[in-house]
Amino acid sequence: MRPRLELLNKALIERILGEAFQLIEDPGVRVAPFVVDLLRGAGITVKDGVAHIPEALARRLLDLAPRGFCLYDRAGKPAVRYGGEDVHFDPGSSCLNILDAETQQPRPAMSADLVRLVQVAEMLPQFAAQSTAMVCNDVPQEIGDWYRLLLVLWYSEKPVVTGAFSAESLHTLLELVAIECGGREPLRQHPRAIFDVCPSPPLNWSEFASQNLVDLARAGVPAEIVSMPLAGATAPVTLVGSVVQHAAECISGITIHQLAQPGSPIVWGGAPAIFDMRTGKTPMGAIETAMLDVACAEVGKYLGLPTHAYMVTGDGRFIDAQVEMESGISTILGALAGINMISGAGMLDFLACHSIEKLVIDAEAIASAQRLVEGVNARTDSLAVAMFAQTGLSGDFLKLKETRSLFRKEQHFPSNVIDRGLASMDGSTPDVLQRARQRVEELLSPYERHPLAPDREQELIAFALREGRKAGLEGLPEILRPEYAHEPGLI
Amino acid sequence: MPDDHFSAMRQSIIDGAPDTASGLAQEALSAGIAPIEAINSGYVPGMHDVGEQFAKGQMYLPDMMASAEAMRAAMAVLDPELKKLGTQRPMAGVVVLGTTKGDIHEIGKILVGTLLTAHGFRVHDLGVDVPGEKFAAKAREFNADIVGVSALLTTTMRNQKSVVEAIENAGLRSQVKIMVGGAPVTRRWADEIGADGYAKDAMSAVTLARELMAQKTQSAVVEPA
Repeated sequence: MRPRLELLNKALIERILGEAFQLIEDPGVRVAPFVVDLLRGAGITVKDGVAHIPEALARRLLDLAPRGFCLYDRAGKPAVRYGGEDVHFDPGSSCLNILDAETQQPRPAMSADLVRLVQVAEMLPQFAAQSTAMVCNDVPQEIGDWYRLLLVLWYSEKPVVTGAFSAESLHTLLELVAIECGGREPLRQHPRAIFDVCPSPPLNWSEFASQNLVDLARAGVPAEIVSMPLAGATAPVTLVGSVVQHAAECISGITIHQLAQPGSPIVWGGAPAIFDMRTGKTPMGAIETAMLDVACAEVGKYLGLPTHAYMVTGDGRFIDAQVEMESGISTILGALAGINMISGAGMLDFLACHSIEKLVIDAEAIASAQRLVEGVNARTDSLAVAMFAQTGLSGDFLKLKETRSLFRKEQHFPSNVIDRGLASMDGSTPDVLQRARQRVEELLSPYERHPLAPDREQELIAFALREGRKAGLEGLPEILRPEYAHEPGLI
Repeated sequence: MPDDHFSAMRQSIIDGAPDTASGLAQEALSAGIAPIEAINSGYVPGMHDVGEQFAKGQMYLPDMMASAEAMRAAMAVLDPELKKLGTQRPMAGVVVLGTTKGDIHEIGKILVGTLLTAHGFRVHDLGVDVPGEKFAAKAREFNADIVGVSALLTTTMRNQKSVVEAIENAGLRSQVKIMVGGAPVTRRWADEIGADGYAKDAMSAVTLARELMAQKTQSAVVEPA
């Protein structure tokens, strides 16, 4: 039996949806001029930049959104399944800072840091997907979004959770993935990337966000709505009130998206949080934030849609008991809720900082959560009596063949990040940070980059060089040194 | 009567009761109490109490917002009388505040504005998605001492730099202190873009604004006119 966490019952979900449908009609949803004609063409009233979406139409469009879809790895194999009860994890995304491995102090993230994180995540089976985890401070700001993706595509074969920073740059990101996949049609058929799109709370689809929704829908590349109600600040203070707002933002986003291209894949996702009334901060590790994540996903699952949430994060500034307690709790809750993609691992300090050491610690929490959702299962015809028939009261279960054949299924064996007495260094017992550092090195040591097909690799580099030069970038940090950037065939 | 009256004014701010605060202001004027006295002896001590309790974690942001609303209600009654009398409230400084271009998040900025107002600053809130040139133009128009630039997103934080540049280009840099804040902002970032200070939350923004005003006053004394 698979264990499940549910915070809402059917009657409450129906009330949530009832109010969400009410909200998208009145007061309505603020939309950008870019989508006004699209919405009016479907019979939606748009007045003074506010769309008033009728429930019946929204419900019809929700029905058109796919109930599930896959992301594919570089080899074209399905690697992430959105929909149903599948649970996957990917690292947190778009961080500007990293906790330096040596000093454990935050500093601006560089291309080399992102590459290191991608390589570590590549080696950890707990992460079914990569994310464009950091904005690299050593490349020009205006190419910050696509450069992250280039590095991930270069160093990883896993699917990628990403997103553009503007309406225009989305096309550069899409082109990069298309080149890597062998063209726009192969990308549509076997998407390797999913793009986060964020409405602005409350109930506002900005020019950038609505244009991204439409362009992704038409490209047939999956979109992931990341709705971010802040309970008590940009959303109702009650958790359930914020869940209503989240639902209204997702439904209105799906309405725009499905009008642009019916049947295009989209995810009911978010990064909701409570608003701390003492500090004005948004604690991602608070239990109420995790409750919001679970409840929002439950509404999406009730509608049969694929789901996403932002969890596995802590709010302390350093790797400590608080950060790991918060991260561990939300990891377990997210997995029990059956959320399809859970982003956030590695992040701390209110999502302001990434840490590769935390990423490997979080991977242990994820592995535990993955074991938990496997549940307690009857693996033998007799649950215990047959084994007692062999041992009597001697307690000598270690010798049984069942023990030997089943212990690997029953028990998860963590890496030495978790201290079970194996983690010693030079006779001393390392602390968790030392063990995490050691684990990072163990993972990096066997990592090997698998090149793309030579023609695609060349095309990717040529495209990136051209785009980079527009922003004054010579060479491609962590890929190609400036002195090699003018070689024949690359220009 | 005045002591009781002042105490009630103070309490109306602590309670976040705008109707009571404005009613007491009207009563004070009818009783012949000078508006500046009502402000300094009644309402401002109330805001100080609120600020102190907030700093100690004994009051929360919704309480603070209600107190600021009560203060605004009282001032709506007293300000016109102050003007008639040609009196001016003592002011801690003039602040032009806004969220940077491309960013439409304003909660943090509103909190900072509320607390700065509560602590005697005159705040001009430019709203959200404000380009650097507008910050500069408004700083000139209001003769600002401080420009405060907020950004919530990692993607828009970088536009804080363009505000610093716009103020430099407008030739105002020597007169205007610039402070930056927002979730992704760090002290290192503030240093990197040439801002004068960084505040991690609304209360530290008040402390920082006071420090920047002290620096400004000091440099005005040191520099020849």
